[in-house]
Amino acid sequence: MEANVEPTDSSEANDDRQVSGTDDPQPSDANDDPQPSEPGRTPVTFGWDGVCAGFLTCAPIAIGVGGYGVAFGVLASQAGLSVAEAALMSAVVLAGASQIVAIELWADPIPVATIVLTVFAINLRYSLMGAALQPWFQSLSWKKVYGSLFFMADENWALTLRDLQSGNGRGAFLLGSGLAIWVFWVLSTVVGALVGGAVGDPTEYGIDFMLALIFVALAAELWDGRSSIVPWLVALAVAVVASALVPGQWYILLGGLAAAVVEVIRYDG
Amino acid sequence: MTAEPANALSVVPSSGALALDPFVVAVVLAMAAVTVLTKVGGIWIVRHVELSDRLEAGLSVLPGAIVIAVLGPELAAGGPAEWSAAGLVVLVMWKTESILLALVAGVLGVVGFRALL
Repeated sequence: MEANVEPTDSSEANDDRQVSGTDDPQPSDANDDPQPSEPGRTPVTFGWDGVCAGFLTCAPIAIGVGGYGVAFGVLASQAGLSVAEAALMSAVVLAGASQIVAIELWADPIPVATIVLTVFAINLRYSLMGAALQPWFQSLSWKKVYGSLFFMADENWALTLRDLQSGNGRGAFLLGSGLAIWVFWVLSTVVGALVGGAVGDPTEYGIDFMLALIFVALAAELWDGRSSIVPWLVALAVAVVASALVPGQWYILLGGLAAAVVEVIRYDG
Repeated sequence: MTAEPANALSVVPSSGALALDPFVVAVVLAMAAVTVLTKVGGIWIVRHVELSDRLEAGLSVLPGAIVIAVLGPELAAGGPAEWSAAGLVVLVMWKTESILLALVAGVLGVVGFRALL
């Protein structure tokens, strides 16, 4: 579901075109900060047409995201969360992979620091994704930008980037598509949590292994070709070793950070 | 299993589908707070700080690396049945790109392979 739309290489690809915008409708863009010329070409508006377009475009994908939602709901109820608690988490966190990992970490007593830190680390990618939208969002008010970004998930970010790049200038597309994700994500969580509460012994249905399977599916989607090999091997090795040596679930963060550090070191432009 | 009022949520027994433990709610809100921070933080940062390409490259491998870090020990703890089911999920994901189909195949695979292997 995570469509592989590459963020625009704006700073490099468009540098040589930034002076071409004589008909630039947004003079405020014309500071010394090099921005891609495309976003400035069409004025970015924020209205119902964008919300509707985003919602309708994203609805079929949001239904698919519901698959994760059902799975999350089942796992959450197996972990001891009530339907209301699971639904609340989906409604206010709205970040699938991190929620599923949080449920994996859930225990009695709840390891609050580990959970919050891990959620933060997993969702750090949203910072990069949000930053990629800045060229189009800079003319919008902070209320609209922050409000829209709350509803950003992997799927609708990719759709939004595609829509903005095509020059439609619909600044509310992210909000509309995010609302579609939000509605189906919360609903499917409720469904999953209800089903999970009715399921008895998880091993009987293979549900005990479902979380691992969800991550296998996530990994299959996140696979980015050859460039994934080294960081993934580093993460795998560090996580397996750390899980044997370090108490608790710190191996997840250690594996992820080790991969990021190695990537920073071996980066060659 | 106490009989609860006939509302749609009463399928779930005991503690109550609508129960909201204050501590759980606090943890969920903390999760929400850091998530919002990541979602709005990027735009805030690019306006104030110049991120090096090097650092961006490191950040971009985080999601996949974290998924693998979760998976590694879990798969290592499993056996041939679990590994086969994991392979089945990858295969179905590749062929259909449907998470639902892949998960259904995987769960059936776990049950089936455990009975066979």
